[in-house]
Amino acid sequence: MSKKISIVLTGVGGQGVITAANILGKAAVRAQVGVFVSEIHGMAQRGGAVVCTVRMGDVSSPLLPSGTADVLLSTEPVEALRNIGYVHKKTKIITDINPVIPFTVAVGGEQYPQTEALFKELSAHAQVFKVDALKIAKEAGAVITKNTVMLGALAAAGVLPFSPDVLLDTILEGLPDKYKDVNRKAFQAGMKALRNK
Amino acid sequence: MSELTLDEPGKTILLLGNEAITRGALEAGIDVATTYPGTPSSEIADTFSAIARDATRQKKDPGFYFQYSTNEKVALEVAAAASFCGLRSLTCMKHVGLNVAADTFMTYMYVGCRGGHLIVSADDPSCHSSQNEQDNRYFALFASAPMLEPTTPQEAKEMTRLGFELSEQLHLPVLLRTTTRLNHARGPITLHEMTQPRREGHFDKDPSLVTVPAVARANHPVLLKRLAEAEKIAETSPFNEVITVGSPKDVGVVTSGVSYTYVKEMAEELHLNVRILKLGMTHPIPRKMCTEFMASCTTLIIVEELEPFLENQFKALAFDTGAKVKILGKSSGHFSRLYEYTPDSVAEAFSKIFKVKNPFTSPVTSSLKLPRRPPSLCPGCPHRATYYAVKKAADKDTIYPTDIGCYTLGKEPPLQTADILLCMGSNAGMACGFSVATDQKIISFMGDSTFFHSGIPPIINAVHHNHDVVITVLDNRTTAMTGHQPHPGTEIDGMGKPAKLIKVEDVVKGCGVQHVEIVDPNKIKETTEAFKRALEFKGTSVVVSKSPCILLEVQRKRKARETIQLYHIDQEKCKRCKTCIGRFGCPALYFAEDGSVHIDPAQCNGCGNCVQVCPFGAISAVEESP
Repeated sequence: MSKKISIVLTGVGGQGVITAANILGKAAVRAQVGVFVSEIHGMAQRGGAVVCTVRMGDVSSPLLPSGTADVLLSTEPVEALRNIGYVHKKTKIITDINPVIPFTVAVGGEQYPQTEALFKELSAHAQVFKVDALKIAKEAGAVITKNTVMLGALAAAGVLPFSPDVLLDTILEGLPDKYKDVNRKAFQAGMKALRNK
Repeated sequence: MSELTLDEPGKTILLLGNEAITRGALEAGIDVATTYPGTPSSEIADTFSAIARDATRQKKDPGFYFQYSTNEKVALEVAAAASFCGLRSLTCMKHVGLNVAADTFMTYMYVGCRGGHLIVSADDPSCHSSQNEQDNRYFALFASAPMLEPTTPQEAKEMTRLGFELSEQLHLPVLLRTTTRLNHARGPITLHEMTQPRREGHFDKDPSLVTVPAVARANHPVLLKRLAEAEKIAETSPFNEVITVGSPKDVGVVTSGVSYTYVKEMAEELHLNVRILKLGMTHPIPRKMCTEFMASCTTLIIVEELEPFLENQFKALAFDTGAKVKILGKSSGHFSRLYEYTPDSVAEAFSKIFKVKNPFTSPVTSSLKLPRRPPSLCPGCPHRATYYAVKKAADKDTIYPTDIGCYTLGKEPPLQTADILLCMGSNAGMACGFSVATDQKIISFMGDSTFFHSGIPPIINAVHHNHDVVITVLDNRTTAMTGHQPHPGTEIDGMGKPAKLIKVEDVVKGCGVQHVEIVDPNKIKETTEAFKRALEFKGTSVVVSKSPCILLEVQRKRKARETIQLYHIDQEKCKRCKTCIGRFGCPALYFAEDGSVHIDPAQCNGCGNCVQVCPFGAISAVEESP
C-alpha cells in the first residue's frame, strides 16, 4: 500500500497514551501494514503533557509534518488543542471530554479554558468528535477501560487500514481472561459512540 | 517479555528501538551487559533485567550476566573486563553517562578488546530528559572508536547483532550512537536466530594491556592501524548505502541516523530529484565512497542533527581531493545546530535550497491561551514533604544546589528548592564551593542512586575541608526517574537476586561526617527540626531523608490489597488560606469554581501530609474509602 496514515495520540502522563500507541503499532504489524510509533518517556511522564505519533503504510519517519494528521486522538481536551498544529480541515479530532486540570492552574494562577470555548476552537480547525469515555467506560463496567473506549471510537472513524476486529483482538491478546469481556464491551461502545455522531 | 526471547527466525514483531538493541545483543549471544540507567537509554538495560528476573523467578539461567552498576564508568569497566576474557559484552548509557565513563573509554581504545564489546550512547537532541544536548559522535572521533548510527529500530537490532562481529574483527569496542527518536520509536523487527552465549571466559595475560607510558606509546599506532582497517570495512559496509529519489542529476544529500527518515520522506513529498548517501557507519567515514559520491555532485547537502560532524569531515575531504562542490548544511545557514530535526524543519530547508513550495508551512494555532502542563512531583511524593520542611527551617537566602533525578522538579513553584544543577553528583561539590565563596547558608539535594553514583567523593571533600554545608540525601529506595531500577541501597539486584544493601547513613558516617540526621520526611515537624539542627551545626552535616517512592508504595499496597487511605477537606473548617496548594503544592488538591479547595480522589496517593500542613485542621482521613 502506498497511502500514509498518521495518527497523533495526546493526553496526560499516566493516562495510558503510550500503551494505546503501542497497541495501534501491534495491530498494524498483525495486519502486515508498515508502521512506526514515536513515544515520549522519562521526565515527561510525571503528570506532564504526552504526545505519541503512529504512522502507517509506506512511511519512513516516525514523525509527521505539521497539518497532516488523519486523526488526533486525545484523552484530554486541552491536550487536543495543544497539538492543533498537526491537523488540517479534514482531520478527525476524537477527544475525551473530561478535563484533567494541570497544577499550574491551582498553583500558578493559569486558566483552563471554558469547555464551550475549547470545543469551539477545536471545531474551527477540524472535524471534532466528542466522547465521554469516562461515562461509557463506567457503563461498560470498568473505568479503567477508558482507553479501550477511545480506541473503539478510533476504529469506527474509518481511517485505520485494517478492520476494527484486528484492533480489538490486539487489545484483548494482552489482557487476562477476566478483563476481556469488559474491554470488548467498552470497545464496541466506543465504536457506537463515534458512529452516533 | 517472552516475545523478546522468541527463537523464531523470520517472525516480525513490534519493538521499541531500545528493546530492538537488547534483542540484537541476544541474537549475538551476549554474555555480560552493564549499565547505569538514564533516559533515553534505560529500556535497553531494563529489558535485560526483566528477562533475567523472569529467569531467576523460574530458577532458570537467562544465559547472560546483567548488572545495574554504580555508575557508567564502573559499568564500562565491568563489561570491558568480561571482554578481555573473550566474552561478548554490552554497556549502555545516556549521552552524559559517557562523560562519566570517558576516562575509561579513552584508554580502552588503546588496549582494544577481545570479545566483542558494544557501547551504546543514547543522545538526547532537544534535551527531552537531559541537562544538555551534546553530540557524542565526537567521542568516536576523540577516542578513535568505530561508530554505528541506526535509522530505525530494525537497523538498531541489526547493527547491534553485527556490531559484535565488527568489534571482534577490529579488536576495538564499537560505539552504537542512538538518539531519543530512535530509542523511543517502535517499529516492526524481523527476528534472526539466537546465538548461544560463550559463558566461560578466560583472561590471558598480555603486557600490552598495562598502559604505562611506554606501552601507551606503542599502543597508539596500533589503534590508528585498527582505525584504518575500520575505514576499509566502512567502504563496503552494508550500513553505508546510496538511495535514489526521483531522477537525480547532480544534487546529493549526506545524512545519518533518524535524520535519514525525514530526508527520505520529505524528498518524496517535495518531489525532489536527489541521491541520498545514508551513512550507518559514521566513524571512520568511508573516504573513498564519500569522495566518489561528492565527485558526482555539484551540490551536496548535509543533514545531521546537532553538530556539523559529517559536514566538517566532508569539507576537509573536499579540500583534500580538490572537489568542485558546493556544500550546504549548518554553516550555510540551512540547518540548525540546535534541537531535534523534524519533517517540518527538513522540508523548510529543502524548499529553500531547491526553491520549491513547502506544503507544510504555517500550521494552525490555537487562539485560546492554554495552561502549561509541565511534569511535577507526584501526589504523595516524599520529596515534596522534605522540601516543605526545608523551606520552614531555612532562611530565604539559602542556596539549594540540586542534582539529577525526580527531585529536580522541586524547581517549580511553590517549593523552589533548586537553584543550580550541572550533572550527576554536582550538588555536593557545588555546596563545598558556595561555602567558600559566600556566607549564605547551603542545603544541597541528591537522590540515593545519585549518592552512590557520584555523590560520595564531594562529601569526603566537604568533611576533609570542614565546609559548612548541609547535604541532603533524598533516600526513596530506588532510581525513580528512569523507571525504578535498583541500586546499591536496595536489597535486590538487576537480575532479581539478593544483594547486599548498603545504607546511605553508614557510608556517610564512614566518610567522617560528624552530624548525621536520619528523618522520615512524612513527619514534617520533626524533619523541619532536623534541618534546623543541621543548619546550626558548624561543619558538614548530612540529612538522610528516608521514605520510599510513593509510586512503589502505592504499587506495594495494591499488591498486598491494603487500602489507600483517602483524605478530604472539611469545608466548614477550611479558611481558604491556600497553604496546602500555594505552599505545599500537591497536584491532587484543586480549587473548585467557587474558590473552595478539594482533594481529587483519583490523584491522591494517600500520603496524608496535607493533614500536617493545614493550619486549621480542616483536612482529615475519609473514614470509609470508596
